[in-house]
Parts: sequence; C-alpha cells; structure tokens
Amino acid sequence: MIEFVTQPWSWWFSGIVIVSIMFLLLYFGQSFGFSSNLRTICSIAGAGKVNKFFDFNWKSQLWNLVFLVGAIVGGFIAKQFLSNGEPVQISEATIQTLSQYGFAAPQGAQPNEIFSWQSALTLKGFLVLALGGFMVGFGARYAGGCTSGHAISGLSDLQIPSLVAVIGFFAGGLLMTHVLYPLIF
Amino acid sequence: MRLIKFLLVGIVFGIVMAKSEAFSWYRIQEMFRFQAFHMYGIIGIAVVLGVIGVALIKKTGLRDFAGNPILFHPKDKSYARYLVGGTIFGLGWALSGACPGSIVVNIGYGYLTFLIVFAFALLGTFFYALIKDKLPH
Repeated sequence: MIEFVTQPWSWWFSGIVIVSIMFLLLYFGQSFGFSSNLRTICSIAGAGKVNKFFDFNWKSQLWNLVFLVGAIVGGFIAKQFLSNGEPVQISEATIQTLSQYGFAAPQGAQPNEIFSWQSALTLKGFLVLALGGFMVGFGARYAGGCTSGHAISGLSDLQIPSLVAVIGFFAGGLLMTHVLYPLIF
Repeated sequence: MRLIKFLLVGIVFGIVMAKSEAFSWYRIQEMFRFQAFHMYGIIGIAVVLGVIGVALIKKTGLRDFAGNPILFHPKDKSYARYLVGGTIFGLGWALSGACPGSIVVNIGYGYLTFLIVFAFALLGTFFYALIKDKLPH
C-alpha cells in the first residue's frame, strides 16, 4: 500500500482520479475550471475599480478559491508524505532530446535550469517564468478556460468550442516546443 | 463546513497532479514531443469516462447533493477566441511547463519560483481584461 502510494501513479489511475474530481464538483453543484480563480483573485485585489470585468460577486467563487488552497496543501502532502524522492520517470528519448538544449537528466520534478532561484533571478530565467505565466493567464481568460475547464469539463460535455480551444493549446505548445525552444534554450 | 468538501477535493487534486507527474515541466515537454503515452493516457481516460458520465447524468437527470438539477452551460459559439486564446495559452503552457492548476501545486510542493509564474498569470488575466474589447472573440 505504502509503495503503491509513494511510487508515481499510473496514467489510468491518475486519469480516473481527475475525472472523479470533475464529477464530485458537479455533484457539489459547481464545475471544474481552475483558471477562474485568477480572475477572482484580481477582483479581491480591487481590480473591479479599474475594470468592470473584475466587478462581479466573487463570493460565488469562494468554493473555487478553497479548492485552490486545497491544491497547494495537496502538493505539500505529496512532497512531504507521499514521495519516494525519485526523479520524474520520463522517457529516455526525452532525456536525450532535452540534453541537446542543455538540460541535465531529471533530479526531481522540475529542472533546476529553469526553476531554481539561481536561474529564476537571471534576466533570461526571469523572462521565461514571467512570459510563461503571463501567456497562461492571458490565454486562459481569452479562451474562456484552461486545461480543466476545456480539456476535461468541456470535452466531457462534447463542446465544440472546447475542442477548438484544446486544438489551440496544442498548436501553441507545439510551436513553443519545436520552433521557439531552439531559439530560447 | 459548507466549504470543507472543496478543500478536500482540492487536496486530492493537488496530490494527483503531483503523483501523476502531470505538474512537471518534464512531462509537458515529453507530451509535446510525442515521446510517451503518459499524459495522453491521463487526459484520454479522463475524457472518455467524462463523456460517458456526463451523457449518463443528462440521460438520467441526476441531481446534485442539494437536489438541484446538474446543469451544463454551453460555451459561446465562436472560433476566434478559442483558437487564438488557446494558442497563447499553449505557448505559455509549454514555456512554463504548467497550467494554472499545476502552478499552485508546484508552490505547495516547494518549487517557490512558481510564485513568479503565478504572479504573472494574474497580470496576464488583468491585461486580458484591459484589452478584451479590442480583441476578436
């Protein structure tokens, strides 16, 4: 049991847990869509005074913020109590490809080359994190949802707009990975 | 008390994002390079079961815990916002290796530089609102 929990979870078990979260939220009268929290936090910070997009009753989204807090706690629990300390189990092919861009084989869940403070506080390192985050926040709101809202909730409801959004997610991801990475890294 | 259940579901979400390794930049790179089935398997089985479950909810008229009908809200019918917004999202997803959910899971996991990613995701959301009336939707 301990070993089952501390080793990385299989794709099928993880997928079942994720869709169960979507169904639980539906059963609780809400829907699975994480990026709405970004709008809510802007509202709480007072952005409604500047722009009417943020002038809404954010208290109706309090449940989602509590969910966000839970996600942080869940990440903490996973690290402290459910981890065997092994690096991520990515394929040998990916390790090889990434080494051409100067990335060492994984030592944890994230590459030090991007996410250590040492690289985050260089100009290039900072710009990678800042631009990445900015495009995620901008794109999610423009597209009306992120991976949870479109790829999980929207596709489950056979929504054509969500399919278009997911095609966009992949178009952008492939462009960044195959065209822009060689220029950046 | 009303909100505790969302905290618990959120904790499960954080744990599964970490334990599935879907919160890892490496896994996102592997996915966009088509070098493993892992991420496609996670999203694939979730969507297949999701489609079946949502169809059953609609067919049976299942109600939520409070007895209200479970409603699905159709998205606005258009293409520009989903395609253009989606592509911008994808650029950021591949660059930072994180979607909004996995950003906060990483913070909890101890990768605190994701605070920078999170702060700029908020800025991106704010900037969208400032220029949204000028964008095609």
